[in-house]
Amino acid sequence: MILVWLIGILMGGGIAALLLGQGNRGLPRWISLFTVLAGFLAVIYIWIDQYPITQFPHKWLIQYRSDWIPNFGITFHLAIDGLSLLLLVLTFFIGLLAVVCSWTEVKEREGFYYFNLLWILAGICGVFMALDLFLFYFFWEVMLIPMYFLIGIWGSENRVYAAYKFFIFTQASGLLMLLSILGLYFIHANNTGIYTFNYLDLLGTSIPENIQYWLMLGFLIAFVVKLPIVPFHSWLPDAHAEAPTAGSLILAGLLLKTGAYGILRFVLPLFPSASEQFAPIAMLLGVVGIIYGAILAFSQTDLKRLVAYTSVSHMGFVMLGIFALNELALQGVVMQLLTHGISTGALFIMAGMLKERLHTRDIDQMGGLWKHMPQMGAMGMIFAMASLGLPGLGNFIAEFLILLGAFEANPWLTICAALGLIFSAIYSLRILQKVFLGSYQKDTPVQDLVWRETTILASLIISILWLGVFPQPVINTVKPTVIFIEKIFHDQGIAQAYLDRNIIKPQVISKQKKGTYVRK
Amino acid sequence: MNNLLWLIPVLPLLGFLILSLAGKSLSKTSIALIGVGSVSLSALITILIGLNFLNDPPAAGFISQTLYTWIEIGNFKPEITFLLDPLSLVFVFVITFIGALIHVYSAGFMKGDKDYSRFFASMNLFVFSMLVLVLADNLLLLYLGWEGVGLCSYLLIGFWYENPQNGYAARKAFIMTRIGDTAMAIALFMIFSWFASLQISDILLKAPQLFQQGDTTITIIALLLLAGGIGKSAQLPLQNWLPDAMAGPSPVSALIHAATMVTAGVYLIARMNVIFELAPIAQMTVAIIGAATLLIAGFSACTQYDIKRVLAYSTISQIGYMFLALGLGAWTAAIFHFMIHAFFKALLFLAAGAIIETLHHEHNMFKMGGLKNKMPVIFWTFLIGSASLAALPLISAGFYSKDPILWYAWSAEKGNMIFWAIALLGAFITAAYTCRMVIVTFWGSSKTEIGHMPGSLMTTPLLVLAFFSVVAGFIELPHNFGHFTLFSDFLHPVLPEVTMGNETWPEWIFQLMASLATFGGIYISYQLYSKNPALILRLKQSSLATALYQFWFLGWGFDRLYDILFVKPLTYLSNINKNDIVDQIYSGISFISIKLYRLLSYTQSGSLRWYAMGLLLGAIIILTIQIVT
Amino acid sequence: MNTTIPPETVMLLAALLFVLGIAGVIIRKNIIFMLLSVEIMLNSAGLAFIIAGAKWAQPDGQIMFIFILAMAAAEVSIGLALILQIYHQHKSMDIDRLKEMNG
Repeated sequence: MILVWLIGILMGGGIAALLLGQGNRGLPRWISLFTVLAGFLAVIYIWIDQYPITQFPHKWLIQYRSDWIPNFGITFHLAIDGLSLLLLVLTFFIGLLAVVCSWTEVKEREGFYYFNLLWILAGICGVFMALDLFLFYFFWEVMLIPMYFLIGIWGSENRVYAAYKFFIFTQASGLLMLLSILGLYFIHANNTGIYTFNYLDLLGTSIPENIQYWLMLGFLIAFVVKLPIVPFHSWLPDAHAEAPTAGSLILAGLLLKTGAYGILRFVLPLFPSASEQFAPIAMLLGVVGIIYGAILAFSQTDLKRLVAYTSVSHMGFVMLGIFALNELALQGVVMQLLTHGISTGALFIMAGMLKERLHTRDIDQMGGLWKHMPQMGAMGMIFAMASLGLPGLGNFIAEFLILLGAFEANPWLTICAALGLIFSAIYSLRILQKVFLGSYQKDTPVQDLVWRETTILASLIISILWLGVFPQPVINTVKPTVIFIEKIFHDQGIAQAYLDRNIIKPQVISKQKKGTYVRK
Repeated sequence: MNNLLWLIPVLPLLGFLILSLAGKSLSKTSIALIGVGSVSLSALITILIGLNFLNDPPAAGFISQTLYTWIEIGNFKPEITFLLDPLSLVFVFVITFIGALIHVYSAGFMKGDKDYSRFFASMNLFVFSMLVLVLADNLLLLYLGWEGVGLCSYLLIGFWYENPQNGYAARKAFIMTRIGDTAMAIALFMIFSWFASLQISDILLKAPQLFQQGDTTITIIALLLLAGGIGKSAQLPLQNWLPDAMAGPSPVSALIHAATMVTAGVYLIARMNVIFELAPIAQMTVAIIGAATLLIAGFSACTQYDIKRVLAYSTISQIGYMFLALGLGAWTAAIFHFMIHAFFKALLFLAAGAIIETLHHEHNMFKMGGLKNKMPVIFWTFLIGSASLAALPLISAGFYSKDPILWYAWSAEKGNMIFWAIALLGAFITAAYTCRMVIVTFWGSSKTEIGHMPGSLMTTPLLVLAFFSVVAGFIELPHNFGHFTLFSDFLHPVLPEVTMGNETWPEWIFQLMASLATFGGIYISYQLYSKNPALILRLKQSSLATALYQFWFLGWGFDRLYDILFVKPLTYLSNINKNDIVDQIYSGISFISIKLYRLLSYTQSGSLRWYAMGLLLGAIIILTIQIVT
Repeated sequence: MNTTIPPETVMLLAALLFVLGIAGVIIRKNIIFMLLSVEIMLNSAGLAFIIAGAKWAQPDGQIMFIFILAMAAAEVSIGLALILQIYHQHKSMDIDRLKEMNG
């Protein structure tokens, strides 16, 4: 039930912010702050509470299930395992920062702004928890539409274009996923006579080889557009650059992660043989993304676009790692999801802070800011170093594990991917040089961080250091999920993996008549 | 005592944390106390543990201390473990001891700088990273230190950030070493996939069982590790970042770009000696790279006029000697040369820094001159350092460390006459440029006003280092000088003995030749720069000499070459694609749909009569089709 | 006088009228004339129905004509009302000036 509450509190908070924001302009941000804080504390509590049992073979930690539209076999089924739990923690953490960093930035229609913000978070939470494909698709859309408004209303100059682009890309690819979901639904019904959207029931559906490939591609394209992977990445720079700070933060920190989550949760277990068949191409795409994103990042002059392209590069590592299909790489992927959320999110926050002060995102007009803002310079240094994968910070663990795992799967591609380490150094140092180093050109000094901003960035630094120095809690939490996925593709084969998974299959539900369910 | 090991790296880390978090609110005195104190305490603990190690050697041959398990995924289980064996003890000693001296010097050198705490924070972080590098018991932790020192080098080269030139030098250093680092990372992946472990002791133990001598895999691994070492140690072909790195403050050049960080490559290769012994091709490559580097860097050093760049090229050249020794299998000789080099090169850089500071930031040594009597302490210490660098026979430590390398270059199994000839030529050049530097700086007429003289904070470290630059050589004497081999005996548990092979002349002839080379170099310089300056003018008139001079001055054109080969094409590619060609495809799709929409919208003209016309035409066409068919 | 006009002739007349009507709709610019032309077309269709009904001695033709008549009456009244409104707003009867509803 707590899972429903997590979503409910966000949606409720959003509505409250919308309604109460009409009368009192300062109220919505406080409402959102407390809403997200409550959620954050709740997931932290769940993590601490569940940590001892995360070690065991894969099992859902908490789940909630009830009928939604029984005629079509649609259930309201939420459940979390280690992977979902970690991503929920990230969601609420980034969400909290998003609220705090919009504190003074948003000056109009606050109620509606925070409504959108909270509903995006609700959608993301839903995506990370839904175990019913229809419900998943529902949440997938829930996070999309408020984001469209967030970019379209509170963005900068070119916001409408960016919002449309974002919407069309994700919506079009989402529809492909819907088609695949329906395909899976009917194939499963054909095989067994049971009409169901439930993930656990659909697992292990035997699908003819070539159809499986197409269904897999449908899912994959939706997720890969979100991730994003070259050549589907071009919505990202526009959306990131035009979105308000909190929007960029949520896009980079969370929305991109839903793509990776989708691949891990749905694509690999539902379509194992097709995924394995596609793996070399996917890894190649990942490598192309790493290098292409890095080269593009190097030539950008718009700070937010630059960081957006570094995201493309980093997400290439995720793709490479996922389709390496072994434990080391998958652990690295999960780590990369968390650390990329933190480090890139931080860079976007800094871009927002710089824009508030200098009213520009053009790095050619910056330079020498260290002189007046050494504190921000030092913090920027840390995040730039994180982004180039300096050991001791979380990103290093992630990238190293991914490359280490991928090397077992495909040495040559891994060597090409390792070139990304050089390129990342080039663009990260360019950011530092252009923004903070060099001589300061303007006459008026800029203000260094205020305590609210220091708190935001310091919390991010602490988390990225923690992930770099003591990554084991994260690794342990996600271990059962990762081992489950690895088992699908290695030694024991798929049947054993499902057996070991110890899934609580819903035995209580039996088929009565085609398409209808009765709960006994 | 031994379980204080973890404090050696952690103390500087603590210093870094305090200085970076609270640096702004501390007074300069307390900043200096923390910065210098943390490293000095480390040095003290090192000496205590080292004495303990010597008096009462541990049964296993090493001390190790595990703090916690860093990552544990399946059989991938790197721990945060510090391991002290003779090899790392030598490095730790050099790092902490020379590090502490340089910190003391910096307290005086940097006292006028507004970013005092940032400087000491970065220096402490560097010492921490370097200690992690040499104390790591697994390659992942080593890699952490390895990258950490790269970061600190970047931070400190670009310390005076307001000048974009410094930022450029810093980035160049970071990126060029990063190229090597990436190769090393790939080596790590390969090692893990073959050995299923990154534990150094495991790898060294398993390697001879897994591989035959000369196997391709082990050769590739060795070459990749070598690439890592080349980047960090500024060897051919990744050497050209080091001269630019002199943009940093002089203590930084002394500590990072002479004494410690740049020798990380030497450490890595020595540490992985088993792998290199198994891969003769790779080891031969090490020797060839070392020989080539020592020669070309030596020629470049002859042409520089910036005193720090002379020293930088000479550093590259001396590390070339170490690589040569490593390639010959003369492991202990390489490490010995590393230690001696650390003493005298740190000394030279510090002294040069003091001169530059006194002469109001004048780097050009041709504008110095006549400092012999004005700065006696600096003069004498610099002279001792130079003697060591030039390997002045018998009295300088440099002689005792370089002479074995020259001897092994031919007499070792892997050596040959060419290596020896190159090394000998290198020794000649070294003596020549060293002497040139000393003459030009200290003799002749004074050309620049002398400012504030260095205080005792700066001169004391110089005196200590000068003492070691003379005395440290006597702990390892050549075979015919009584065969006193304290240093190599100490290292032999970890590093194998050099295998002798080639029948050559007796060792004393080699020593004589080396001495002659040194004196020859000194004599040539003396003739050119003191006795007979007209000769230089004559040389300057010949076009070949000036062309050669330019070529060497610019470091054999490597910068130009890389600029044309890599930098230009990459930036060009990146800039023409600034707007992302892939995005153009999507823009194309939207462009086409907009065009189509415009086209179709023409039919909706709003003119009723056109619609009627259309209706009619349509009806006629349909009717015609009906009738015809 | 019991001369019968052959139905073909009458059909030809109807066709002629229809073509005249169409030509009017297309060529005329004045809305009233266009409306008149439409009326002509309707009537030509009616004529065709009647002659067809007469030929096969069926009442359906005449019934259809009555429908057409009723429809034409309705159409004219609405059409005229629209024309009045158009004239009111645009002060013109020129159909080519009413192009606001383009794509």
